Amino acid sequence: MNVLEAESGALFTALSGLLCEKGLITPAELAERVAITEQASPAQGARMVAKAWMDEDYRALMLRDGTAAAEAVGAFMRGSPPLGVLANEPGLHHLVVCTLCSCYPRAVLGYPPFWFKSSAYRARAVRDPRGVLAEWGTVLPASTRLRVVDSTADYRWMVLPMRPEGTEGWSEEALAALVTEGDMIGVTVPSPGRRPGRASLPAR
Amino acid sequence: MTQAKEADPRRAHHDMGGVSKYLCEGVDTEPHALTDFDKQVDALRQMLSLKGLMTVDELRRGIEEIPADAYDRLSYYQRWIRSMTANLLRKGVVTEAELRARLEAET
Amino acid sequence: MTAFAPGARVRVKDAWPEADGPVHIRTPHYVRGETGTVVRHLGDFPNPEDIAFARPAATRALYHVAFPLKQLWPDASGDELVVEIYDHWLEAA
Repeated sequence: MNVLEAESGALFTALSGLLCEKGLITPAELAERVAITEQASPAQGARMVAKAWMDEDYRALMLRDGTAAAEAVGAFMRGSPPLGVLANEPGLHHLVVCTLCSCYPRAVLGYPPFWFKSSAYRARAVRDPRGVLAEWGTVLPASTRLRVVDSTADYRWMVLPMRPEGTEGWSEEALAALVTEGDMIGVTVPSPGRRPGRASLPAR
Repeated sequence: MTQAKEADPRRAHHDMGGVSKYLCEGVDTEPHALTDFDKQVDALRQMLSLKGLMTVDELRRGIEEIPADAYDRLSYYQRWIRSMTANLLRKGVVTEAELRARLEAET
Repeated sequence: MTAFAPGARVRVKDAWPEADGPVHIRTPHYVRGETGTVVRHLGDFPNPEDIAFARPAATRALYHVAFPLKQLWPDASGDELVVEIYDHWLEAA
């Protein structure tokens, strides 16, 4: 049998065991890497969004240099691809997809959610984006232009949603708590009235 | 025009943007927690990059080499471990005999 | 290296390197042969088509190029699609 067709868990154990034996990796390094990776979460992106809603200078920085804006809120960006930020405006909405694989702004949103990696999302988001948004119950006005961004190369893209009405006077923390992973990919839009449900729950 | 493009036999399976057969599939919007296996494979991929043993582009190339039926059957991180193994075999970092011996010892 | 300004009309090469053996291509099939509009130059990056095979990789200019969805799929809505494309896939239209 082709070793590549071995059961995946067994393959992982065999490969990582061999790499350890050869002194190329250690179990401690691997465990540390898991821990570091788990520190990135949509909360980081949400902090950026809330700060941009409060601070015009930060918003300008975010649109000009997403990587610098992420570092400014403490995200670890070294070794990560450049971060591009797509600002929604009245009449313009962005939706991010990676049709070829699953390029995702992991440094500021964490692991990509299951749906982002699915064939249905990857295939449909470019051709039937409004139908895809409807899966989350998101309906854009017909007059709003939808710009789908296929993340095919060296950038990673996040969406800066519009600050919803009804949040005047809110603190930055309260605003950040409103913003979900889906809002920063463009499948949903933040709303203070949104009930916890599948539209607003983080993926983990 | 584009209908002809997606039907072109040279189109790779992973190049699935807009492909008609997926249009009627719903998107599973529910959260799915990652397993320990998923996280470990993800971490090992990062280690391989940090140690200069495999780039992300090499990982992708290895995923794209997986035949379409296996690509569809395997989970996301199952594709990754298969690609990582293929890459390290190709580079001679590990050999098939070493892997086979480990796999046999496991069972 | 050709430089394209924002607003320039560009045509994506109708090339299918997949037919010539193992490749790693970041230009989706659905834009090949299509004419679009440059949004902006995103930066210069080593060509992933070579990195994927551990070959020396030349630096390529990367552009955001916009296409009307309806041009790509007649059944689509009147929205638009923006794709990252390297300059060696683009020619002036």
